[in-house]
Amino acid sequence: MKRVLEGSHAVAEAVRLAKVQVISAYPITPQTHIVEILSEYCTKGMMKAKFLRVESEHSCMAALIGAQSTGVRTFTATSGQGLALMHELLHWAAGARLPIVMAEVNRALAPGWNIWVDQTDSLAQRDTGWIQMYCEDGQEVLDSTLQAFRLAEVVNLPVMIVLDAFYLSHTYEPVEVPSQEEVDQFLPPFEPKFRLDTAHPCGFGPLVAPGDYMEMRYHIAMAMEEALDRFDEIEAAFAAQFNRRYGPVEAIDCEDADIVFITTGTVTSTCRLVLQDLRAKGEKVGILKLKLLRPFPTEQIREKLRSVKKVAVVDRNFSFGASGIFAQEVRAALCNMPVHPTVFGFVAGIGGRDVTPELLEMIYWQTKTSDVPQKESVWMGLREVKNVD
Amino acid sequence: MIEIRFHGRGGQGTVVATILLAKAFFQAGYQVQSFPFFGVERRGAPVEAYVRLDKNKILLRTNVTAPNHVAVQDQTLLNSINVTRGLKPDGWILINSPSTPANLKPFAGFQLAHVDANRIALNHKLGTRTHPIVNTTMIGAFARMLEMPSMEAIAAAIREDIQVEAQRNIEAAHEAFEAVCLMGRIG
Repeated sequence: MKRVLEGSHAVAEAVRLAKVQVISAYPITPQTHIVEILSEYCTKGMMKAKFLRVESEHSCMAALIGAQSTGVRTFTATSGQGLALMHELLHWAAGARLPIVMAEVNRALAPGWNIWVDQTDSLAQRDTGWIQMYCEDGQEVLDSTLQAFRLAEVVNLPVMIVLDAFYLSHTYEPVEVPSQEEVDQFLPPFEPKFRLDTAHPCGFGPLVAPGDYMEMRYHIAMAMEEALDRFDEIEAAFAAQFNRRYGPVEAIDCEDADIVFITTGTVTSTCRLVLQDLRAKGEKVGILKLKLLRPFPTEQIREKLRSVKKVAVVDRNFSFGASGIFAQEVRAALCNMPVHPTVFGFVAGIGGRDVTPELLEMIYWQTKTSDVPQKESVWMGLREVKNVD
Repeated sequence: MIEIRFHGRGGQGTVVATILLAKAFFQAGYQVQSFPFFGVERRGAPVEAYVRLDKNKILLRTNVTAPNHVAVQDQTLLNSINVTRGLKPDGWILINSPSTPANLKPFAGFQLAHVDANRIALNHKLGTRTHPIVNTTMIGAFARMLEMPSMEAIAAAIREDIQVEAQRNIEAAHEAFEAVCLMGRIG
């Protein structure tokens, strides 16, 4: 049934329908609405989950690592500073091969104290071994959360569902909410490959000497690689049942495009409007939406951009001393192609600033009229900034 | 696409008003989006919330800066907030007020409507004398002003979201629908 749902509640509905057994959370804006409604579901008996209130995000992830080790389905949500505080245990969750699912609402890091959208918080967790999925609207959030449990459990890696603060987390829109029967069919109960069990004692997390550590890491690398194929299978099964499919990347009008926007999150949605306008003016332009950051869909990106001349990467994040982070990833994916598009990097919408259709059009025209990028990253919509001596 | 901005004060149910209105328009066959001003909220402080509606899926994911229509849940805001900021020419402004505003100058070029939402809400025991909850009353008046959505859609949205006192809220919306004074264009 289609219901007008807030983005946060689209996450929560998926978590309820996935019959998650343990939820642990520490409140932080702007993810608050997710765990708020989940705690309500638990109190009202709409979910049979154990809801653990903890004293910090670090404890939150520690609690989930413990819970997940016993072979149950687990979930949490966080944002910004909260995710940063979890950092150490994000490595642990992935290294211990625990299929924890987390919703992460992108929030700018402090100082300056800012509760608005900025992707640098989740991108800073790139190398922790978590699968990361960036979502565009409420429907994709709900669908991806359901798929996340299945993907996590099949490859034994944790999954982060990433959504923009406010533009997605606090926005109500129509979302198709599947029935419990439909979800049960798509997502059967979790059957752990290993778990803490007093009847079958075994050791977890011992000292691993150089003789074995490297192989353990290689296993994670293999699991990540496998995740791309599994994601494809899971999406196919989901599409067969629900008739919706997103892909690790989505190419929109890229076949004959000279210039392609590369976007993530809600910027993709606004960019679809810009694309319609530019196409109506006869511009050969397309969009490549990136959904997966890890595993990075390198082959798909190369394939979709094979005959494109220039790409304009829109980054709502920044790596100081380098450039926008998605732009770096795209450059790395393209550089070994014999012929590849020139990569123009743009930074926009940092700390919750609007990324308007006008701004995206400016990005397009700047890319079209330049032969080579002026800089690795051009900051868009910036007010005059003076150097401080 | 039509964009609507609601002004209110923290605690008056302004965000809920836009959610209910979005749900009612969705019932009426529209694609909708609704969201609050992205910021921190405090009781009594000025609050804004928005609705977008369209026949097609709404792709725009930005703040609303140039609304087609505006609703003002608390007339004391008129002293401190420019409620016509970015408002499109001939856009409607619905004000919660027992009478016509004394100074019509700020509304020149727009269409004006007012409804005594405090009195109507209190008639139906919604909130208290100092803090009447006027959101459902306001959306009833709003539906008359725009000639959409239908009151059936408004009632269905209220029933879906408000478990306690749904009927009283629906009656208040109906009364406001009848009582709203549509002054039309201010010259």
